Amino acid sequence: MTSTSPAQPADKHVAPQADHGDPARSLIARIAEGRAWLFLAGLIICFEVWSRLAFGATFMLNPFNLQSIAIFAVAPLLLATGQTFVIISGGIDLSLGFIMGLAAVIAAHATNMAGAAIPLPLAMLVGILASVIVAGVPGVINGLLISRLKVPPFIGTLGMFGVARGAAFLLAGGTTVPVQNSWFALLGNGKFYGVPYLVLITAVFVIVMHYLLSQTRFGQHNYAIGANVQAARRAGIDIRGHILRLYVLSAMCAGLGGALYAARFTAGAAQAGEPLLLDSVAAVVIGGASLFGGSGTIFGTVAGALVIAVIQYGLVFVNVEPFWQFIAVGVVIIISVLIDQAQRRFSGARQDE
Amino acid sequence: MNSSNQTTPLLEVRNLSKHFGAVRALNDFSMAVRPGEVVALAGDNGAGKTTLIKAISGVFQPTGGEILLRGQPVTFATPQEAREKGIETIYQDLALADNLSIGANIFLGREPMRKAFGFLPVLDRKAMAEAAKATMGRLDFHVSRLEAPVSNFSGGQRQAVAIGRAVYWDAQILIMDEPTAALGVPEQRKVISLIHQLKAQGRGVIFISHNLQDIFAVSDRIVVLRRGVQAGERKISETNHDEVVKLMVGG
Repeated sequence: MTSTSPAQPADKHVAPQADHGDPARSLIARIAEGRAWLFLAGLIICFEVWSRLAFGATFMLNPFNLQSIAIFAVAPLLLATGQTFVIISGGIDLSLGFIMGLAAVIAAHATNMAGAAIPLPLAMLVGILASVIVAGVPGVINGLLISRLKVPPFIGTLGMFGVARGAAFLLAGGTTVPVQNSWFALLGNGKFYGVPYLVLITAVFVIVMHYLLSQTRFGQHNYAIGANVQAARRAGIDIRGHILRLYVLSAMCAGLGGALYAARFTAGAAQAGEPLLLDSVAAVVIGGASLFGGSGTIFGTVAGALVIAVIQYGLVFVNVEPFWQFIAVGVVIIISVLIDQAQRRFSGARQDE
Repeated sequence: MNSSNQTTPLLEVRNLSKHFGAVRALNDFSMAVRPGEVVALAGDNGAGKTTLIKAISGVFQPTGGEILLRGQPVTFATPQEAREKGIETIYQDLALADNLSIGANIFLGREPMRKAFGFLPVLDRKAMAEAAKATMGRLDFHVSRLEAPVSNFSGGQRQAVAIGRAVYWDAQILIMDEPTAALGVPEQRKVISLIHQLKAQGRGVIFISHNLQDIFAVSDRIVVLRRGVQAGERKISETNHDEVVKLMVGG
C-alpha cells in the first residue's frame, strides 16, 4: 500500500475554513481516539456484573483473572506492536504469525544446544537472542521485497507467511520442540510480586516501542509516510531504508513473541503464532489505527489487545461457549471501524476515499 | 536579499537542453531570476515547463547547458542538493503530511531533537511549534492551534504551510509549480499575496501557471516556452494577455 500514490483532491473543491472550536467535532474526535479504552471499560463492567449475578464472585478484582488476561494478551500484543508501526506506514505484515512460530522453534533449539555447552541462564539468553535475530531475516526479506522490488506489502508478506511457516515446521521436524532449561521455564512461568515476568518484559518492551513511535524521527517519518509517501520523499526521507527497517522491526517484535511463547510453554511450536496474526491486526484496528495508514498509537494497540484478551478470557470465565469469542471480537472490530469512519466524516479529512 | 547585487541574478540558466532519446524536451533555453523578482513560466502542455523546473531542482540532469547560482556554476545530482543550495520546489498537490502539525511538516525529514531527562533524545515539539508560529507569522498567517494536524486547514492555508517550510529553510529561489491549481478563488488570492511577500523579502520566484490572470497579478516578467524552446520573454508591464497567448500557441 505504500507504493500507491497519495490520494489528492482531484476536484477544485475548496476545503471549508478550519473549524477548531466546534465542540461536537472535538467530542467525536476524542471518543474516536479513546474508543479502545472505552470498549475495554465497557467490557470489564459487563463481565463484572455478569460474574456477580451469575456466580456472586468478582471478575476484575480477582488477581488470578488479571494475571490470566495479561498473559493472554502478551503474545498478540507483541505481534500487534510491530503491526502498529507497519499499519501506520500504510502497509500490513501478514507473515508475523509464522515468524513468531519460527522464532519459538529457534528459541527452543538454540536454548537446548547452548545449554549443553554453557550455564543455563546464559543458554537462555542465547536462545532468546538467536530467535530475535533469526526472526529478523524474514523481516529483511519482506523489507527488501517491498522497498526495492515494489512488491505490495499484502502479497510480499503473504509469501513470507508461507515461507516462514514451512521453515518453522521443517526446523521443528513437524512436532513441538521441548526446552530443557529450568531458567527458561522460570522466565515463562515465574512472577515478581504477583506480576508474571512475561508481562513485565512485555510492558517494558511496549514502553520502548511507544517511545520509538511517538518521540523519535523514525516514528515521525512513519506517520508521514503513511499519510503521504510523496511528501515524505520530497522532504528527503529515505523511504526505502525506512521501509526496510520497519519490516525488520515488526519481524523482531514477532521474534520476541516467539521466544516468550517458548518460555511460557517450555517448548517451541511452529504453529505458535498461527491464530494470533489476525488478532494482532484486530488489536491495531480496535486501538484506533487506520488501515489507510497515517494514524494509530502504541497505547491504543495495547487497549485493543486487552479488549481481545478480556473478551476471550471473560467469555470462558462466565462459561459461554468459546465460539462466541469470535463473534464478539468481530463485532468489536466492525464497531471500531464505524466509529473511525464517522469521525473522519466529521473532521472532513480528505486523504482517504 | 542583497539589493546592492541587483546585476548578478540569483539564478541563471544558460543554453539548457534536456533530451530524452530523440525527443528534445528542452532545447538551448536561457533565463534569469534576480533577487525580489517573480518570473512567470508560461506555455502549453508539453512545452517543456516541467522539464525545465525538474532540471533546475535536481530531478533531471540536463543534457547540455549550465545552471548558475549567484554567478557560480552548479550541478545537482539530487533534489536534496538543490534544496541545500536554497532552491525549493512547491508543488500544486500540496505535498504535506496531512496527519502532522504545521511544525512537523516544516521540519519533516530534519526534525529537531532535545534530550529528555538529560539523556533521552526526543522530538523537540516545542521548538517545532515555535518555529512554525514565527515562520507563519512572517507570511502574515496566524494560527492558534499549532498542534492541530494540517488536514484541519484549508487548501490555501496548507499551501501557505508548504511555502512556510521553504521560507523557514531560507530558500532563496522558490519554484512554484501551479501553486494555485488545486485551490478555489479566495484561496488563490491568498497564495498570490504570499508570493508578493516572498518578493518583498528579496527571494526569487519562478511561478508556473496556466492562469494568465494570476501571472499578470504577481509576476515581473514572463517567459514563454513552446516545444522546448523559448518563444519569447516580456516584461509584464509591457505586454498583455493576447500577446502572451499568441506566444504560447505560436500564432
